[in-house]
Amino acid sequence: MLPLLALVPLSLSEPLSRFGLDTVFNGRIANYLEVLQTYGPILVRSFGFAAIATALGLVLAYPLAFAIRFRGGRWQPLLIGLVVLPSLTSYLVRAIAWTSLLGDNGPVLALVEALGLTGVLDGLGVLRDGRLLNTAAAVILGLTNNLLPFLVLPLVVAMERIDPRLLEAANDLHAGPLRSFVQVVWPLSLPGLGAGILLSLIPAAGDVVNPLFLGGPNERMIANTIDNLLLVQLQAPRAAALTLVLMALITLAVLLQLRGRGIEELPLP
Amino acid sequence: MNRLGSLALGVWSALAYGLLYAPVVVTVLFSFNAPRGRFNLVWQGFTLENWRHPLRDAALTEAFFTSLGLAVAAALLAVLLGGLMALALGRARVRGSRSIELLLALPLTNPEIVLATALLNLFVGIDLPRGPLTLLLSHSLFCLSYAALILKARLAGFDPTLELAAQDLGAPPLAAFRRVTLPLLAPGILAATLLCFSLSFDDYVVSSFTAGEIVTLPLYLAGAFQREISPQIQVLSTLVLLVSAALLVLATPSRQSRS
Repeated sequence: MLPLLALVPLSLSEPLSRFGLDTVFNGRIANYLEVLQTYGPILVRSFGFAAIATALGLVLAYPLAFAIRFRGGRWQPLLIGLVVLPSLTSYLVRAIAWTSLLGDNGPVLALVEALGLTGVLDGLGVLRDGRLLNTAAAVILGLTNNLLPFLVLPLVVAMERIDPRLLEAANDLHAGPLRSFVQVVWPLSLPGLGAGILLSLIPAAGDVVNPLFLGGPNERMIANTIDNLLLVQLQAPRAAALTLVLMALITLAVLLQLRGRGIEELPLP
Repeated sequence: MNRLGSLALGVWSALAYGLLYAPVVVTVLFSFNAPRGRFNLVWQGFTLENWRHPLRDAALTEAFFTSLGLAVAAALLAVLLGGLMALALGRARVRGSRSIELLLALPLTNPEIVLATALLNLFVGIDLPRGPLTLLLSHSLFCLSYAALILKARLAGFDPTLELAAQDLGAPPLAAFRRVTLPLLAPGILAATLLCFSLSFDDYVVSSFTAGEIVTLPLYLAGAFQREISPQIQVLSTLVLLVSAALLVLATPSRQSRS
């Protein structure tokens, strides 16, 4: 906690020289205006990529969580374990694998070509000049893969809290499967949905690896920018200001989600 | 739900597992590839050669064992400190413990880059040269929140009067702790240690800021994109995956008995 607080004075300082990380405090609020002006678009892009990846993930994760909870039966622990297992392979190794899959000689582009979709996907902006690496699509795909377990697990936990007797009651009252989903399962899964979105959106927005290795210079995200400011440009005060802006945005989102409840009340796995 | 619906749900779930496992399957597959050139990224042909020499890439092997040692040390340190914090928060009625809990959760809810920036700034500020010590400290620190929260949850799950009962039966406080509290905490300790180990073993962002000259496995892998992607990377990753899968299977029954 202390190191986080120490960022505040640093963000209001100025570098002493162009060759080191030493700084002098002079209450320079202009740092914040400058980083917001210069890096605002990258901030927007980061949350945009994260939002798209989370939305794509949800389209897959919600039905999967539903299937695990209500169709899994005695295989449920195994199915949950299979969701967790890929996360135990380093995300850098997974990025290397995506490089193979999405590369110019890789199977994904070959499939796209065989289906005759190259032109269409190029037009949609998914491909860039017939290539898939160094595009926004590649970054978002990598992010979606990384965040999927964080969406599925809270959803399964929330759905496990649904008393099966409620569904029997709905059935007894002649509610069809669609109606009992809309009126029973969906509202009771909302806490899991909220927790899952939070757990996915935040790491995705602050991700370093996917934009760095799967994206090109136009897909750099906010964490790459902080990294570059601090380690390459040696602009520690601006890096600190940008970090605090990111932290403030995220803490705001967390507090909105919690709304006065304790952290332990979220259906976290 | 009708049969068509069930079928659609099954197909869709398979698609989700497909997206999860695509990079994992590729990694396992490419551990059997005979690459041409320095980058094992394009399929050439099947070979067992890489598996016969899993440690051939000396720099990779060194980074692997560095990360292994670091992860063990960081996990033990974090679980020890986290356990003490959990005992303090759960047992003694510390005032403001709710705020401390929220502060504990803060590092969990922020991306790693926030902690990395803060730690680098701290180490520069107190003139601590970056190396093994800063690396161990920063890894223990980001594990600490997870360890403390897991152990606190475990501690909240059992009856505090058990300890009192042991003391009533004449056990000195330390013996009561060792014979009653510790065994009850054991599953939590195991879970926290495994989680901290895997968090530390996989960490790239914080390490890239605080490692100095030390090369951990993720730092090595990040460099490999420019230098050389040897098939031994995929071999070691497959081995790690197998060990993880075995641990996961061992952990699953306890999951069931809990619920």
